[in-house]
This record gives sequence, C-alpha cells and structure tokens, in this order.
Amino acid sequence: MAGKREEKKDLARVAAEKRAAFGADINMDDYSPETAAHPYQDDLSAFSQAEQDQMLMAGVDFSAKNRSGTFVQKDLSVVHSRSTQEGMEIMDIEEALKQYDWLHEYWWQAVPVDMDKYTSRAELHQEHGYFIRSMAGAKSVYPLQACLYLEQDNLAQDVHNIIIAEEGSELHIITGCATAPHVTQGLHVGISEFYIKKGAKLTFTMIHNWADKVAVRPRSATIVEEGGLFLSNYVCMQPVGTLQMYPVAYLVGEGATARYNSILVAPPGSEIDVGSRVLLKARGTRAEIVSRAITTGGKIIARGHINGLVPEIKAHLECKGLILSDEGVIHAIPELEGHKQEVDLSHEAAVGKIAQEELEYLMARGLSEDEATATIVRGFLHVDIEGLPPELKAEMDKAVEMSEKSLL
Amino acid sequence: MARKSSQQNGRLLVIDDLKVEVKGKEILRHVDLAIDKGETHALFGPNGSGKTTLLMAIMGFPAYQVTGGKIVFKGQDITALPLNERAEMGIGLSFQRPPTIRGVKTRQMLEIFDKGEAEIKSMAKGLDFEEFLDRDLNDGFSGGEIKRSELLQLTAQDPDFLLLDEPESGVDLENIALIGKVIEELLQRELKPQEGKSRKELKRERWKSGLIITHTGYILDYVDVDRGHVLMEGELACSGNPREILKTIKEQGYEECVNCCRI
Ligand SMILES: Nc1ncnc2c1ncn2[C@@H]1O[C@H](COP(=O)(O)OP(=O)(O)OP(=O)(O)O)[C@@H](O)[C@H]1O
Ligand SMILES: [Mg+2]
Repeated sequence: MAGKREEKKDLARVAAEKRAAFGADINMDDYSPETAAHPYQDDLSAFSQAEQDQMLMAGVDFSAKNRSGTFVQKDLSVVHSRSTQEGMEIMDIEEALKQYDWLHEYWWQAVPVDMDKYTSRAELHQEHGYFIRSMAGAKSVYPLQACLYLEQDNLAQDVHNIIIAEEGSELHIITGCATAPHVTQGLHVGISEFYIKKGAKLTFTMIHNWADKVAVRPRSATIVEEGGLFLSNYVCMQPVGTLQMYPVAYLVGEGATARYNSILVAPPGSEIDVGSRVLLKARGTRAEIVSRAITTGGKIIARGHINGLVPEIKAHLECKGLILSDEGVIHAIPELEGHKQEVDLSHEAAVGKIAQEELEYLMARGLSEDEATATIVRGFLHVDIEGLPPELKAEMDKAVEMSEKSLL
Repeated sequence: MARKSSQQNGRLLVIDDLKVEVKGKEILRHVDLAIDKGETHALFGPNGSGKTTLLMAIMGFPAYQVTGGKIVFKGQDITALPLNERAEMGIGLSFQRPPTIRGVKTRQMLEIFDKGEAEIKSMAKGLDFEEFLDRDLNDGFSGGEIKRSELLQLTAQDPDFLLLDEPESGVDLENIALIGKVIEELLQRELKPQEGKSRKELKRERWKSGLIITHTGYILDYVDVDRGHVLMEGELACSGNPREILKTIKEQGYEECVNCCRI
C-alpha cells in the first residue's frame, strides 16, 4: 500500500505546476499552509454561537436531532466526528485509512491525482477530510452531515473525502462549507470521490457559504454501478472570491442514474465557474443536469457536458440564467456529445432578465414590482428535484430561503 | 366638478374620450364609457376591433399606452397609476394567455390574498381545481384550466370591478356552467328573493361591477348583464340592451347592428 501511495505522490509532484483547464490561476503560495490545532469537541453545543450561525447557513444542524451522524473539520483539525446510526460510518479519512487497508484502493480512483495543480496540492498537503460509508443494505434514517469550516484567515485548507454507498444501501448527506465571520480570504481545495455500488442510492446536498475573497477549487468525481443512483444538489448563493469546479459522474453499470442540480448566485465580485459532466458508459443509463444561475453583479460560467458513449441512453441538460444587474455576466456552455446512433440527448438553455409579462401578471394581482420580482426569483430558485426526500428538499429550501433575504 | 357628480351618481368607472396606442399604432379612439356601481356590462365587437386593448388599458398594462383622454375609477383619475395600484383599488382581470411562472404554485397566488388552507381548498373545490394547486402556475394548463385558474385567483382577490375577456371561449359545456356560476357569484348577479325587498332594491344593494367581452354570448345565459356595447374599429359604435344587441349581431351582423344603433 505504501508503495502505491508513493506512486500517487510522484504523479502529484509532476503535476504541481499544472494549470487547471478552467478558472483563474491561483497562486497558492499566497496562502498560509499552517495554523494552530483546534481541540476536539465531543459536544456540538460547545461550538460558539457565531460558528453555529455560520454553519447553519450551510445546512449544519447543531441539535443533530435530525441527523444520523456529524463530522466537523475546523481549519486543519477534525473537531467532531460521530455516527449515531448502525450501518452508517462517518470519520476522519486518516483514521479510516488506518482502519481499512482496502480503502487505499479507492484513493484517487475516481479523480486523477495529476489532473491539475489543485489535485496535486491535495495529495501533497492534504490534512484530513471525511470518510462516509453506508453498509450494504443499510438506509440512513436521517441525513449525515459534514462541515468544513475556515476559522483562520488566509489559510489553505486541503481535504480529501471518500464516500461509499455499499450495495443496496441508501445514503443521504448534507455537507456545508463555511467561514468564520472575520475570515475574508483563504483557499479551499477539496477532493471528493464517490463510489455508488450496485443498487445503492446516494443523495449529496452541498451548501457553500464562503466569504468575499475565498478561492475554492473542489475536485470531485462519482462512479455509479449497476442500478445505482447519484443525486447531487449544489447551492452557492453567498459571496465567494473565485469558485471553479466541474464534477463528473461515470455511469458504468447498466441502468445507473445521475442527476446534478446546481443553484448559483453571484453578487458583485464573485467569479463562479461551475459545471457538471456525466459520462454514460452503460446501456440504460440516465442523466439529468439542471442549473439555475442568478447574477446580481458577479460572473457565472455555467457549464454542462453530457457524453453518451453507448446506445440506449437518455440524458437532458437544462441551464437557466437570470441577469438581475447589467454589471453581471452569465455564460452558459451546454455541451452534448453522442457517440452512437441510439442516444437520446437534449438540452435547453435560456439566459435573460425577468420576463416583463410575468412581472405584469403578478402586478395585476396587486403585487408591487419588487414583490413580483421576489416571487419570480424565488420560483426560479425552487427547483423540484425528483428523487430527493422531502426532508432534504426542506433543508435545501431553507438554505435557499436564508440566502434569498440578502439577495432580494 | 365632473368628478363630484359622477360620484354622486354611483359611477364606478368613467372613461372619457380615451385614445390608446400599442407599439405606436392607434387602436382605440374617442371611447366614452360609464359603468355604475353594481352594474355589469357586456362588450361585443369583431376580431381585432380593440376589445382586449380596452380591458388592458383599464387594468393599466404599460404596453397599452393612453395617449388621450382619461380613466376615472371610484372618483379618482387612474390614467397614470401603475398596474398594482389599480389592482389594489379593486380592479381585477382574467388573462386570456397568462404566462407560465416556474417554481410558483397556483396555491401561492391564493396565499397572496391571505387565504388559509381551508379557504383555499373550498375555493378550489368550487372550480374543480384542487389537483392543480401544487403545479407550477399556468404550466401546461389547457384552455379550460386557464379559465378556471384565472377565476380561482379572482375569487381570492375578490375585486370590486372585474374585467373578463371571453371567459367562456374554449370551455366545454359542463365547465361553462361551472364558470358561469362562479362569475355570477363574483359579480353578485344572482338575486336571491328576500322578504320585504323588491328586485329593484336587491339590485341596488350590489356593489360588484364588471365588463365582460363575449363573442358567443353564452356567458349571458348564466350572468345577467345590464348593458351592452359594440366596439368597431377602435370606437364604441353602439350601446344598449345586451340581449337585443347580441340578437341583431347574430342575425344581421355587426354592421347592421351599428346602423341600427345610429337610428
Ligand atoms: N401587443 C400588440 N402588438 C401589436 N398589435 C397589437 C397588440 N395588441 C393589440 N394589437 C392590435 O390591436 C388591434 C386590436 O386588438 P385586440 O386584441 O384589442 O382586439 P380584440 O377586439 O380583442 O380582438 P379578438 O376578438 O380577436 O380578441 C389588433 O389589430 C391587434 O393586432
Ligand atoms: Mg381579444
């Protein structure tokens, strides 16, 4: 195993200066690689009110009543990690690697370690991250939650997460990323590798609550086996400096399904380049990518790429953008790629301002222009997500609603 | 001065020498129309004569630009008032082709008017619309469903003055009865006999008013209206008994009807 890890490190060293395909090039030397360690908190209520408030905006429930497990990493220290349901594991990835030798087989199996300088950095400077696994046949009663928190200003946080839904299991995860109120800048590099085994179902709802000048470079990939379902919901409605990610799902087993849903809001100063990509590699696979982007002055590039490699597959891409300020930019880049005759791929993209007709319709019912605008924007952001359990939909709506207040 | 007397007469709406342009093209001219409190009028006229334009101008859609004359409602000149303020003053309109609003449910439109769960349920039941409450507003609604959705929203809004654009068009026979009944109620057209009160007295107690566009007149079988008008090429060419006007139009056409009026 040690030899294998060394191989990965060698590959990472070679890619240390490799620029990413998309997004501004970040000078990673600008960020501090070290900070003081934080103590482990057995009790979630020991977190300060300010921390709780920030994490709450990212979907973290501190009562943990409606959660089957919780993981919190503050800066470079794992400060809380506990599962409360049989069959659900949640722990520090370092612990997991020590405990399970086989886990090394999953390390950089979905995401290439030499993809770019960020994956390279994650391998060479990695400090923790989480491991979440649902055992074969187990079903999470409540979602598990994980939070990655930046407490130290100007810190570089490099984490590596592995999530495994074993055969026939059902796993629901909410992850939030947040910064302390005093943090204005920092770097977050997060590797997430998802493995969904035969007939398993994984829903992953990620809410980002960064700060003005934070640079964010997640790198994630998912491998879905036969009959598996991967449902990813991503919400980023708070300011962020620069955020670029292009997660990919490989549907390798027959009948596997992936759905990506993203809600993006860019206030002035935010640069967001987010896409989702699905490779349909087995018969009967399905994919859907939906994104909703709003700019109130920032820049959003909304990408999407569906690649149908075998016959009898079906996929749809939907990309909608609302421009609420002339200072803002939305650039939608939907891509469809078919390699066989019997692929059924479609897309729908629309970018523009709020339709006058819709505004007037609501105003004729007595809503003021501002109220009508708010109603339409809210509707735009509230996407019905097929397959998402109602409790998770409620969590997501809650996160969206909290952010709407600052948006409107 | 004029304003005062109109109020005394129980005038709800007074349109005075109205001129309306759409995209720089004059559609309506010299339109004079008065509707009293408690009265409902019918508006007839050939396709393209400007009926919808008149309703849209009264409601206050910016694309329907008033270039002359004025609209007075409840004694106040509303010609320059924005849409939502006219709605707040008590004007309500049913749309012919309402836009789909994604993510907004029909139920939310009823909640705007502070309707609670029970009330929403019973209103929706009355229009056989319960199964659509949680669908995106107007998303894929059929012609008849749109009519019912619009009436449902108007029921919740409960305006004093209703503008209805061909409420029966595209509606099947069973639903016409349903829609007719709701409109009758909204406009207080039904005269329930009451001890010691004459029909005239009952009529005087009404405060809801309306203006209904109709080609077929089917809606008049359910909703008794007080007066009819014919709009021809952007001008009000004739006013009178609605049933007689409809009869003349049906038997002899619009031209003849207008000639008849001139005599
Ligand atoms: N938005 C618009 N853009 C261009 N022309 C318009 C617009 N709205 C109305 N018009 C024109 O104004 C005229 C009157 O239209 P309007 O819709 O008021 O007629 P109508 O009497 O309601 O007809 P119908 O019986 O067919 O509904 C028509 O010639 C129409 O083409
Ligand atoms: Mg019309």
